[in-house]
Amino acid sequence: MKLTLKIWRQGGRYKGEFVNYELPDVNPDMSFLEMLDVLNEQLVSRREEPVAFEHDCREGICGSCSLVIDGRPHGPMKGTTTCQVHMRHYHEGDTIVIEPFRAKAFPVIRDLVVDRSSFDRIIQSGGYVSVNTGQAQDANSIPVEKQQAGHSFDAAACIGCGACVAACPNASSMLFTSAKISHLALLPQGQVERRRRVLRMVAQMDKEGFGKCSNVQACEAECPKEISVGNIARMNHEYLSATFASEEEIA
Amino acid sequence: MSWLSKFFSSSIGQKVIMSLTGIFLMLFLIVHLLGNFQLLKNDDGEAFNTYAFFMTHNPIIKIISYSLYAFILLHTVQGLRLWISNRASRGSNRYAVNHTRSSERSARNMAWFGMVIFIFLILHLWQFWLQMKMGILPAAEVPAYDHPVQNLYLPVAEAFQNIYYVIFYVVCMVVVGFHLWHGFWSSFQTLGLAHRKYSPIIKIVGYVYSIGVSFGFAVIPILSYFSK
Repeated sequence: MKLTLKIWRQGGRYKGEFVNYELPDVNPDMSFLEMLDVLNEQLVSRREEPVAFEHDCREGICGSCSLVIDGRPHGPMKGTTTCQVHMRHYHEGDTIVIEPFRAKAFPVIRDLVVDRSSFDRIIQSGGYVSVNTGQAQDANSIPVEKQQAGHSFDAAACIGCGACVAACPNASSMLFTSAKISHLALLPQGQVERRRRVLRMVAQMDKEGFGKCSNVQACEAECPKEISVGNIARMNHEYLSATFASEEEIA
Repeated sequence: MSWLSKFFSSSIGQKVIMSLTGIFLMLFLIVHLLGNFQLLKNDDGEAFNTYAFFMTHNPIIKIISYSLYAFILLHTVQGLRLWISNRASRGSNRYAVNHTRSSERSARNMAWFGMVIFIFLILHLWQFWLQMKMGILPAAEVPAYDHPVQNLYLPVAEAFQNIYYVIFYVVCMVVVGFHLWHGFWSSFQTLGLAHRKYSPIIKIVGYVYSIGVSFGFAVIPILSYFSK
């Protein structure tokens, strides 16, 4: 299969521009990232600089891969990360446009790699529970209602890849932040820091320069883990009650 | 009190301002529409003029209408602030190709719709409200009061005979409809009022409301134009 790739190059000798690459023989069984590996091998053998892109587990759970492929974060398929996209979905002669996630809070490091450490700082600000590090408790000693556990687990499925920010016309990270807040707020283990957590994480999110959600719901549509915008409503509710119905205040 | 200013400068606080003022404006639109239906009575404006006098002289309604002006301005200024800061968050490098899936077309254009509505509002107030406030309208006798009242019906009926104005008005009402299509549900979502059982009802009520309000306002000039 012959393909043309239009890839965003930035850094080194590239100031930030699209460069076209021809791949004459793409195997339809390759994954999208393997196809980029093949391109990079060719570039290295031609003594050109390879295209920088992020990847790690390549099985859709680590959240490392990113890319906006033909205008969609993580490519054309619903509920799928870039590493799980396969070349059999493309046709002979296709041109594929590959861009980095674009947001002020996700500055481009090189080519297709963006700095997503703003997400790490949001987690550091409150996305944890302080637990006693003694013996692990017996699982049944903490009762969790089935439905709550289900909602919490659905939120916990967020891999923190940043596709929500990439898809949002406002570059808002509210789907990510709300998933992390919901995940812990719904469980008994998350109750101790519940109020403080939402206040701190929202404050950090604002500080990082993400946009403000206007309920477009593009995040939910593009999320590889199909996290629901219901989490954003839960975060709003948590934030309002922490502000107006608790004594919690943050510096 | 710093917690309160922190709240209103936070992303969620700023959205809550949009949501609460939006809900107030949506309630107002219902009242305004019910009032406008007086125009459809074939009584040369008697019912409409009576209603207009009542709405401008009742002290409670006066307080509400001054809050209304403040909330319109707040909703506009806050909306513009959010729009500007959201564009800055997106950054200067835009996507070359953008095909992100989204169920809501109108959601992406809220700010543009809002700006059209604001321009419409300025014209609207200048055309009808200002004349009433300045008291330069001719007097009309209505049986409900023992004194003459201002004839607001006159400029309205006149404007609705102008085909270009009727078209402009109807187009603006379609824009209002799109703005409400997203705004209704969105205001509940922002307040955190999402629920597995109630959210589908809120969405349906929102769609019915947005179509009903825009259709209701638009049908009045159309009927007035064709009935004379």
